[in-house]
Amino acid sequence: MREWFSRQYWSHSSARRLTGVCLLMLILAFLSIWWADLQVYPVEPWQELARIGLGLVTPSWGDRSTFFSALLHTVSFALLAIALAAPAGLLLAMVFRWRWVRLLCAAVRSVHELFWGLIFMQIYGVSAITGLLAIAVPFSAMFAKVFADIFQQQAPEPGSTLAASVSGIKRYAYSLIPQSWPALLSYTRYRFECALRSSAILGFIGLPTLGFHLHTAFKQGQYSEAAGMLWAFLILIASLRLWLRRWLIGPYILGAIWLLPPAMGFVDGGSVWRFLASDIWPVALMQGDWPGLWQWLQFMFMEQIWPGLIQTLLLTQIAVVLTAVLVLMLYPLASESMVGRRLRWPGRFLLLVFRCTPEMVLAYVFLLLWGPSGLPLVLALALHNGGLIGFLVANASDSENRNRQHQPDDLTGVKRYAYVETPKRFPALMAFLFYRWEVILRESAILGILGVATLGFYIDSAFEEIRYDRAMLLIAVAALLNILVDGVSRRLRGAAAV
Amino acid sequence: MASSPLFELVEHTEVLGQQTVLRDLNLTINRGERVAILGPSGAGKSTLLNVLHRQQPTIAAFQPQGGGLVDNLSVYQNIFMGALDRVNTFLALWNLIRPLSRHKHQIKNLTSLLGLQDKLWHSVDRLSGGQRQRVAIGRGLYRQQALYLGDEPVSSLDPVQAQSLLSHILEQHETAVVSLHQRDLALTHFDRIVILLEGRVGFDGPASSLTQTQLNAFYKQEASPHDPNPIGPRPEGWIVGNG
Repeated sequence: MREWFSRQYWSHSSARRLTGVCLLMLILAFLSIWWADLQVYPVEPWQELARIGLGLVTPSWGDRSTFFSALLHTVSFALLAIALAAPAGLLLAMVFRWRWVRLLCAAVRSVHELFWGLIFMQIYGVSAITGLLAIAVPFSAMFAKVFADIFQQQAPEPGSTLAASVSGIKRYAYSLIPQSWPALLSYTRYRFECALRSSAILGFIGLPTLGFHLHTAFKQGQYSEAAGMLWAFLILIASLRLWLRRWLIGPYILGAIWLLPPAMGFVDGGSVWRFLASDIWPVALMQGDWPGLWQWLQFMFMEQIWPGLIQTLLLTQIAVVLTAVLVLMLYPLASESMVGRRLRWPGRFLLLVFRCTPEMVLAYVFLLLWGPSGLPLVLALALHNGGLIGFLVANASDSENRNRQHQPDDLTGVKRYAYVETPKRFPALMAFLFYRWEVILRESAILGILGVATLGFYIDSAFEEIRYDRAMLLIAVAALLNILVDGVSRRLRGAAAV
Repeated sequence: MASSPLFELVEHTEVLGQQTVLRDLNLTINRGERVAILGPSGAGKSTLLNVLHRQQPTIAAFQPQGGGLVDNLSVYQNIFMGALDRVNTFLALWNLIRPLSRHKHQIKNLTSLLGLQDKLWHSVDRLSGGQRQRVAIGRGLYRQQALYLGDEPVSSLDPVQAQSLLSHILEQHETAVVSLHQRDLALTHFDRIVILLEGRVGFDGPASSLTQTQLNAFYKQEASPHDPNPIGPRPEGWIVGNG
């Protein structure tokens, strides 16, 4: 036992360090189950589940013009948002060494697209601008961070041959940007996929994208129509490589601008200032009523922030661990070295479906089945992220399998899984999981919009009651929590050395 | 003529990570000198050149080991980079889309000198090691500075090319500090030779005072089995120049 605590024990085996971190995560998750709201409401799920299942295998167009306009709007928003965000992120990445840019990006990034959507909606109504900014603003900050990271990984030699006086955009345009061009492009392509998902779920707050019609179809029990849209969306993402060609991007962007929906609902011009200057601040603060402000803060903390925070954290913790469990269960089914070249396709298909379906949609369906508790939320998060990470892990396994010398005495099946593949994949798996931690947290806060009492629930209610002061405070808390968890995850990544 | 020293290192120590690469190094180089830096691999030649580059960043044309090429850009753009300080930002960006005619003309001439005239618009990741090195030399020359700092600038070229391009580089620059592994080139083209051994100056004097045999002795000494801290030289680091 003493050996267990000694430095040597930890420092001489990287596997043990990793195990330690895993154990910590597991214990926390089990403790979370105790406190989290995971109650299953008695809502006769099986009948409904059967109808949804039937819908999934009998997809239909529904109203064809609605179907196509929803699909095209989804793509348009995503495309234009990326066209704005990627260049903006590139410019920000060039000045990322400035502290205030880093802080600004961290703050902007930590607020979910849907919350940005809710904020911009108060200013620009249900309009194209709202949809574009909701995606482009947080994505710019993400691009900035990742592009800056990519720049840092580049060799310094090309830059060192330039004259010392060459600076700024000139230096970047000739050294770091062309050096990292393939990496920048591939990240942008990945972000476009994310933007498609974000664009789809913006429909849940009223924009005319897929989510809106999915929401309606589900509500009315038209599961075939809902499934039609869902399948179309999956095919859209799965076939991204086929239709997203470099020479087509220009025409696509022009088409997307032409396709943008006209403004709907109210467009209250000039209200930006009022929104920023008065709406989002508590009345007590505006009037200088300090005891009133204290009371307001106390109320917010006791009634909304604290309970919301706790539920968000607990559900995130369970979701993260469940994601890891799912990955460990699913990735072998999609890996060549364990199930064979042909039999991996069903597994790959399953992972693709989980990966492509937005968490919001999964959570929405599960909520219909099990009622508004944390259970559907945790399942949705674990399935989506499990699909995403499982896919990456299976791909890593396959690419190594193709490049190695095959021996007649190679382990196969379960033995290979337990002794070769899993130990090999585990560090990368953990790294992916820690990267996703922050994302899972942001998502579990936002999924509150669907009625589970995480932070998003209180934020959504505040917007509904037109109490912007409350909404802003809660969004700020969610953002801070995100930054905090990002920091912890970076520490743990360091401790586990992944 | 009493020239002011261009570089002055006094008891200079350079540590990279855990390793001390340069130890109490003393070196003064004046304007107008042509200095060859020799020594087995791992002796600290590259580090020394980096240190020198840091001392005179504004007036040096620096050619690092490997050349510092940008794979995704063409030969033309890679050489053009040397002129970035002579072009304003707008023209520099425009040049990425449409090459500027004045520079196109000059760089064409330069590439025919380098034997790359038919590769002008190839991206450099498609070139062989020797061709890449000539592109790097082209960039160094296009910097048009009085001082040249080269880290094994002709290591991947055949002997004839290496000789003629090295001569050209030395003609074009008033002062040059060049690390080499071709010892014969050091003896024939430079005024002064500095030999680094494990981060210290093992020899510093006029090239005329050294013979090939004396020079070779420095390399053998370093590889002796009694060496308490052997830094294994890569074989290619000191076999090529023997021919």
